[in-house]
Amino acid sequence: MASHYEASIRQPLIIGNKSYHDITVEVAAPVEGKANKQWWIVFSIALIAFLWGIGCIVYTVGTGIGVWGLNKTVGWAWDITNFVWWVGIGHAGTLISAVLLLFRQKWRMGINRSAEAMTIFSVIQAGLFPIIHMGRPWQAYWVLPLPNQFGSLWVNFNSPLLWDVFAISTYLSVSLVFWWTGLLPDFAMLRDRAVRPFQKKIYSLLSFGWTGRAKDWQRFEEVSLVLAGLATPLVLSVHTIVSMDFATAVIPGWHTTIFPPYFVAGAVFSGFAMVNTLLIIMRKVSNLEAYITIQHIELMNIVIMITGSIVGCAYITELFIAWYSGVEYEQYAFLNRATGPYWWAYLFMMSCNVFSPQFMWSKKLRTSIAFSFFISIVVNIGMWFERFVIIVTSLHRDYLPSAWTMFSPTFVDIGIFIGTIGFFFVLFLLYARTFPVIAQAEVKSILKSSGDNYKRHRDAGGENPAPTKQTKK
Amino acid sequence: MASNKKYWKSVEELDENSSIVDTLRKNEFVEEIPTDEFLGDKESLESSSTTRRDFLKYVGFSTAAASLAACEGPVIKSIPYVVKPDGIIPGVADFYATTMADGFDFANVLVKVREGRPIKIEPNKEAHGTTNARVQASVLSLYDSLRLKEPLLDGESISWSDANSQIIKKLEDVKTAGKTIAFLTSTDASPLTSDLINQLGKNYGDVRHVIYDSVSESAAIDAFEAMYGSRALPSYDFSKASTIVSIGADFLGDWQGGGFDVGYAKGRVPDHGKMSHHTQFEANMSLSGANADVRVKAKPSVQKTLLADLYNVIVNGASAKDANVAKAVKQIKSAGSNAVVITGIQDKDAQLLALAINKAIDSEVVDASITNNTRQGNDTAVAQLISDMNSGTIGALIINNSNPVYTLADSAEFVEGIGKVDVSVAFSMTNNETVEAVQYALATPHYLESWGVLEMKKGAFSLMQPTIRPLFDTKQFQDCLLQWNGKSESYNDYIKTSFAEMGASKSWNQSLHDGNFTATSLSQESTSKGVVDILKAYNSLSSAKGSELELQLYTKVGLGDGQQANNPWLQELPDPITRTTWDNYVSISKGDAERIGVTNWNVADGGLNGSLVELTVNGIAVTIPALIQPGQALGSLGIALGYGRKVGLKPEMQTGKNAYLFYKGFDSAQSDVSIKVVSGAHEFACIQLHNTLMGRGDIIKETNLSTYNDHTLDPKHSWNPVPMVSLKHQEVEATSVDLWDEFDTSVGPHFNLSIDLNSCTGCGACVIACQSENNVPVVGKEEMRKSRDMHWLRIDRYYSHEESFSGDDTFKDEAESGYISTMRALEDPSENPQVVFQPVMCQHCNHAPCETVCPVAATSHGRQGQNQMTYNRCVGTRYCANNCPYKVRRFNWFNYANNNEFDFNMNDDLGRMVLNPDVTVRSRGVMEKCSMCIQKTQASILQAKKEGRPVTDDEFETACSSACGTGSIVFGDVNDKESEITEMVEDTRSYHLLEHVGTRPNVVYQVKVRNTEV
Repeated sequence: MASHYEASIRQPLIIGNKSYHDITVEVAAPVEGKANKQWWIVFSIALIAFLWGIGCIVYTVGTGIGVWGLNKTVGWAWDITNFVWWVGIGHAGTLISAVLLLFRQKWRMGINRSAEAMTIFSVIQAGLFPIIHMGRPWQAYWVLPLPNQFGSLWVNFNSPLLWDVFAISTYLSVSLVFWWTGLLPDFAMLRDRAVRPFQKKIYSLLSFGWTGRAKDWQRFEEVSLVLAGLATPLVLSVHTIVSMDFATAVIPGWHTTIFPPYFVAGAVFSGFAMVNTLLIIMRKVSNLEAYITIQHIELMNIVIMITGSIVGCAYITELFIAWYSGVEYEQYAFLNRATGPYWWAYLFMMSCNVFSPQFMWSKKLRTSIAFSFFISIVVNIGMWFERFVIIVTSLHRDYLPSAWTMFSPTFVDIGIFIGTIGFFFVLFLLYARTFPVIAQAEVKSILKSSGDNYKRHRDAGGENPAPTKQTKK
Repeated sequence: MASNKKYWKSVEELDENSSIVDTLRKNEFVEEIPTDEFLGDKESLESSSTTRRDFLKYVGFSTAAASLAACEGPVIKSIPYVVKPDGIIPGVADFYATTMADGFDFANVLVKVREGRPIKIEPNKEAHGTTNARVQASVLSLYDSLRLKEPLLDGESISWSDANSQIIKKLEDVKTAGKTIAFLTSTDASPLTSDLINQLGKNYGDVRHVIYDSVSESAAIDAFEAMYGSRALPSYDFSKASTIVSIGADFLGDWQGGGFDVGYAKGRVPDHGKMSHHTQFEANMSLSGANADVRVKAKPSVQKTLLADLYNVIVNGASAKDANVAKAVKQIKSAGSNAVVITGIQDKDAQLLALAINKAIDSEVVDASITNNTRQGNDTAVAQLISDMNSGTIGALIINNSNPVYTLADSAEFVEGIGKVDVSVAFSMTNNETVEAVQYALATPHYLESWGVLEMKKGAFSLMQPTIRPLFDTKQFQDCLLQWNGKSESYNDYIKTSFAEMGASKSWNQSLHDGNFTATSLSQESTSKGVVDILKAYNSLSSAKGSELELQLYTKVGLGDGQQANNPWLQELPDPITRTTWDNYVSISKGDAERIGVTNWNVADGGLNGSLVELTVNGIAVTIPALIQPGQALGSLGIALGYGRKVGLKPEMQTGKNAYLFYKGFDSAQSDVSIKVVSGAHEFACIQLHNTLMGRGDIIKETNLSTYNDHTLDPKHSWNPVPMVSLKHQEVEATSVDLWDEFDTSVGPHFNLSIDLNSCTGCGACVIACQSENNVPVVGKEEMRKSRDMHWLRIDRYYSHEESFSGDDTFKDEAESGYISTMRALEDPSENPQVVFQPVMCQHCNHAPCETVCPVAATSHGRQGQNQMTYNRCVGTRYCANNCPYKVRRFNWFNYANNNEFDFNMNDDLGRMVLNPDVTVRSRGVMEKCSMCIQKTQASILQAKKEGRPVTDDEFETACSSACGTGSIVFGDVNDKESEITEMVEDTRSYHLLEHVGTRPNVVYQVKVRNTEV
């Protein structure tokens, strides 16, 4: 079959002498096996952080936003920084699963499941902040255009915050549906392998009665394609709209037309970094090195390098435009960003986001697992600082010097941020133990074209498809 | 008695042996209850729809329902009038004219009373009344829960009748013992009080009346007495002045009782090309210095020689030794009799020279015939009294409205003296240090609960009337005096009787209604004029020696002499110069600070910290924080009086250090000063952390008089430039380009507010007026430090980096040292900067950035031009505040009312009585801001509607425009083409703040014109 052919210069996406059954077994192993000690340790730490975060949120809601470090001039700081950061991280999943699907990038198959899981979990974290940052979060439902008995009382469709509500909720629901659709055959696989009745019942519920008929597969492919088509514009729209929170404002440093593409690039940048962080650990812990290969990591590093350079370009453009505009307030905003009291945050942002990805030009470095892991952490720190720099350094010195002040976080600000990281890892760790973390049905579809053993066989002039059935056990 | 009746239940009971009776007694229910049958019948049991679990559910539900029904919402006991009092319509405010007099502040005021509660002080404009911040805030002092509430004897409660009879007896004992009865009172400017005290002399022999001002003007009074024969102060009308030379007199502050800003401001607004020229020689940066055209730094001893020099040049025609004096002389000469020289040096010789100069130039500004009676203290008499107390010749000491134990430099000596008098009595409204030191502490009412008649200026009388029944068991000082004199009439009756004899210009009722009347003065005319040895005064002054470091004491517009220290509004009012709240400190020049090692720095959240210093004056050491003050004369230090009180103050209000300890010899300038840095840092609650304008000349536009007068210039392209933008490659005015549709403002009024930067002196009265009118919460020192002030109206103060603001603009444009270092340099103020004040409240933009970003449309545009905030709808995203270019939106970070963490007036029942019922008290989590006093404008509109007439121009006012004595803030309807506001908006000086942002505000500013040379 022609579809099984892949140029021999392409590196295999599945390493080792894998058969379909091997894939099944290896993907199901973390779910069917017992959690090891490390998992419990990491899970406990995450859970404690999560509970601490809940405590801080309860304290905030019970006492008032005053327990944060905000003031009359800086009305947003860590809250919205964290919001944008988490939303940004959530971008990689959809990009990998939808955009790369449309572009027929087969290497996405090894990572899309976890990338999408990461997306959903991080959008959940992101969604927390717009609610808890409100002075009266118990009235949060007022941002929804609900019919009410107050006559013409309606939401303000001019407000970018309202656009956020729509953008984030759409993104979360489409991502969730897309993710779940992909999960159906894999859940069915787990269901079929499950021996305990309880497990079997749960997985049969989760798999929505997947039978594996040809009709199922046909519908599955169609829905995936339709959802990919739907999700692709969302990759661009969500962070575009988030950037409009700032771009439509009048504050120097916020009021910038470059923001939408700049934010989208930044989001993809940080999302891929987070995928790298998570998968480098997961492939090791769950013995999935055969499916998440060095090549996967290298390709993601290249995306990081490119988007990092786009972001760097945007930073330089901002500085140039500030100078070129001749507007005093604009000029000072950027001067202050780079040389003012928050110069260290700017330096963090610049070095983490612009300089560190440039190391990826080196093949040696971008194929080094340890280095990739290190850079992925650095990039996420840098991207957090980017949002902090945009929000806080623009606000703290805006138009009237009499209102200029500074911001310093309280333990509650920090606690809530750590809490969301905890929450994220709680979700991700639970996911890693209960979900098929590799889209095994899809991976199986490329085994014969990109499987190491099949490629070797073809390279050696063997028949296509190779009849090299490995006999194991 | 127990009943013997027996009730028969049936005839069977007649038969004692009846088995039926017996059976019934043993078993009440004749028939077995068929429980077994019921429970045993599984079939019917199972077919029953009510299972045991259901039964439990029903029980549970009914219990829960019953207990829920038992719960009620919180009960608010609001009691309506059963019988409506005449003249009170619930919901409609009454206004009473009365007079504030607390010994430090005197003002003709109108009191707004709602349902019997005074809630707002306004100036009584018909009686030429003006209000400063303390007068505005005094209504809250009425509701001070720590007031002295009843008469006390040695700290124990005593009845008024007992107290009075005991005191009368003791006074008679004193008389028998042949000792003196001494009265120590603050200035009350009432001709009747001294009469009553004098009458007491007829009954009790030797009575001495000593008047004591905590912040003394005795030197000026002594000088006036020496020159004009009566103990008083001359009156000054600064509106007549075209040249003002002030040597150390903060006449826009509390100099000689204050209130000169109104006249001053009249001369400061360019009219027909003219405005007054003001030169200020001073040590501390004061309000007067901040408003001056020329400000010369001079420490107190130098001020003396400068004054001597000035005198020598003007009166004796000598040539000036000092270049600045020469310039001042030039100005004085050019103004002729429209010039005035004033001084605040607490030295009789200095005051004599100033009077002599004014006499020599025949100054029209000074009027010695109309005396000012608001300061009458006599330092010599006070010192004499204290020494007499200690020598045992004083038998009784009766103090009224004065707190000498706190305000005297050597209060230990005074307290010792109190111990040596036989009977000590203090009349006091507040619980204070003196109250604790005396035997009888007698509670007096607040001025809003009192009767009185005052003569603040000769011949101009004011009446004080109660606006509420006394809240506590209090009696007026004068009522007690009448009783001690053996009279039965009340002070109220006494005033009416005296009024009849005064020959007033109006009837009693009319005078009470108006709050004032004119009559011939009761005070004695001076008979002899002393011979003044002016030469001796000149010699002593010109040879004045200074020391390396000198201390200049001053009073702040917030706390003044400190008697209202338990008033959280005043504690939280930012000092107009340093913008620091809840504190006093040593102000020190940059040069001295570097020499000594004093530093100020900002911590991570922006909060300002300062070094602690140990200041030793005349051997008394106090550890106090130091604040580096631009414009402070080298070698001088400044400290505000009025802080550091402890007694009768909530813990939060016990702020700062008592500087009266340094007030030796009632001289505000002290020379025996040393200072050293001690370890530790102080956390200031400063709300303006950035002091300079950064060369942003479009925020505060200014020009000088000659440019302004040059009619060949087009203001729009010269001194009041409109920002330009490029539209289709054409330079057009930024205001002509717009993204938004216009609102229709043609129907009804369209409100605008104008702020004249020329006449704004920065006094802060509007800030308190706004706080009082709009129930703005007090947040306390820690929150202020975190830049979470809630004031709807703030007065920004900027210093220049160069010598002038125009110099800043040039410095920035040239940027010789590169952009980065230029901008960094601009952050530091000059050592003698120009100062400018800019009141900023919500600008009520016609195209408001806040309105577009609110997701729930909680802030929206009103038909009358206001940007309105709907608290109920606000969810608190703070997006509006972030997007406000003026940063005027205030967020409720916490619940500020009914919260023990914020133990200010909104946390106690008494303090909450000051709240304006027309304005919502905001809950936590919502945004708030200036509403342009919509409750006031709506009330005016409704009133006019009811009366079927259009609203007149002067009816529309906001709390700030009404409180602004200088007329800097003007409010009105621009749809009324005849209104004053229309004229202001159309003036060539008007501009909008940050015009280029395109917000189209409804607040306009008037370009500041300085009378400086180009």
